[in-house]
Amino acid sequence: MAASDSRHEWPGASLARVPYWVYQDEPNYRAELRRIFEGPTWSYVCLESDVEKPGDYRTTFVGEMPIIVVRGAAGEIHAFENRCAHRGALIALDDGGSTGSHFQCVYHAWTYDLQGSLVGIAFEKGSNGRGGMPDSFCKADHGPRKFRTATLCGLVFASLSAEAPPLEEYLGTEVLGRVRRVLHKPVRVMGRFVQALPNNWKLYVENVKDTYHASLLHTFFGTFRITRLTQGGGVLVSPDGGHHTSTTIARADDAQSTAYREQGIRSEKERYRLADPSLLDAVDEFGDSIQLQILTVFPGFVLQQIHNCLAVRQVLPKGPDAMELSWTYIGFADDTPEMRRRRLKQSNLVGPAGYVSMEDGCVGGFVQRGVAAASEQLSVVNMGGEGAESQDTRATEASVRGFWKAYRRYMGE
Amino acid sequence: MLAERVSQLNAEYARAIDDDRLEQWPEFFTDPCLYKITSADNYRRGLEAGLVYADSRGMLKDRVVALREANIFERQAYRHLVGLPAIRSGANGAVHAETPFLVVRVMRDGTMDLFATGRYVDTMVDEGGALRFRERLVVCDSSRVDTLLAIPL
Repeated sequence: MAASDSRHEWPGASLARVPYWVYQDEPNYRAELRRIFEGPTWSYVCLESDVEKPGDYRTTFVGEMPIIVVRGAAGEIHAFENRCAHRGALIALDDGGSTGSHFQCVYHAWTYDLQGSLVGIAFEKGSNGRGGMPDSFCKADHGPRKFRTATLCGLVFASLSAEAPPLEEYLGTEVLGRVRRVLHKPVRVMGRFVQALPNNWKLYVENVKDTYHASLLHTFFGTFRITRLTQGGGVLVSPDGGHHTSTTIARADDAQSTAYREQGIRSEKERYRLADPSLLDAVDEFGDSIQLQILTVFPGFVLQQIHNCLAVRQVLPKGPDAMELSWTYIGFADDTPEMRRRRLKQSNLVGPAGYVSMEDGCVGGFVQRGVAAASEQLSVVNMGGEGAESQDTRATEASVRGFWKAYRRYMGE
Repeated sequence: MLAERVSQLNAEYARAIDDDRLEQWPEFFTDPCLYKITSADNYRRGLEAGLVYADSRGMLKDRVVALREANIFERQAYRHLVGLPAIRSGANGAVHAETPFLVVRVMRDGTMDLFATGRYVDTMVDEGGALRFRERLVVCDSSRVDTLLAIPL
């Protein structure tokens, strides 16, 4: 569908202005699913450890497309649409499990191998010489759509498009290095939660990329000096704009900074101290003084390191004004009991009840509701200028503009 | 009667939260303790992480102070309906019980939603005549949380 199918137009080339209809418009949303999620991008779908042995599978989504990710007989990972070639029913109904060597649709027992190829049709030759499929029906011509898959540091990504560059090239060397920095050894799942958010998926992705808001909206951060814009760090934006990494680096002179107090910003509450500071008993496990690293891969993947609290988040669009955020809390397979406990305590910082992420659950809804009658009005994304290049400050919206740079390219705007 | 004491404790606990007397909430626990909100799926699979994880009364107090002073969320309230406790044993001074609950969340604009259902998996002990939670695992039936979880369950 061409952009002209939508009655809405982008106001100009600037990345610093975003029209609000992009969060509301149904035809635009459908176009996003096709051009971005089903287009030449890579979507995170599960952990390699979720599909450890041949026949192990998980079901998830790429955009709104239900998919099955499964480990093949030779250890390779396949992904294909979770849709029977016959009448379109879901092939697998559970979140995951082990299927042996085949999947079978419950509706009419059509059978698929682990690559997603249709291999069996119940009563294909009919019964007692009557009925059955026509001789001209070729099973190889029918089947759910198949994805390319790629693994990186225990993460599984999938792409429906032959046009997407290889995953590592898609990410670029800098972002790739930041993934490898965190996921440098086998991980272990510590828990999974889903958060239903009352907003367009892009509002959440922008929020994650928005380094400017972190210490202003999340007063817990500022108050306990977990991160502040006056600390060291910066934002790295991939050359195509789509991926980013923001970092916060421990810096001793931060205690002297008065920038927040001078501006009278709400997050400066000096007398606020923890009764049990063991929550923030963090260790520098990566040996580089980076306290926080938030990384996104376009369109909807987040890798989070907040002190020793590690998680991957998957953004799943559910219509123009709803989405789900799928959280997987992780540690490493070789964690000591002390490290495990430390991660459990620090997990209070994140997730739907997180001290520093709770607000991200509602702020997208505040925008969605706020712009209800403003589809032709424009959002201002001007902190740090107009460009989408890496910057050595977090008082910038460069990575948000990077998102729009990539978005507009995929959408052909 | 033990069942009556457990029911009374559950009733007071729910009232303290629903009446917005969160400052009293940590007093329902021993120190140290374990308070964790998780899902039935994580619980069944032995996955340890919680939406909220507190192992001291101090951590519970910090949660309340953060809600009062730091965290931003729209004004909302809960109504807990707490079922009958199934008491597993009363040996060695510790009481184990499982109690179903249902929580309706009422938003500032009047929207009422069934926010959570599940069971409390509790270990309680008597401390100087008062029954307190040494462990309260809030095992939600669903793994999905709508928008955010601010007020404790």
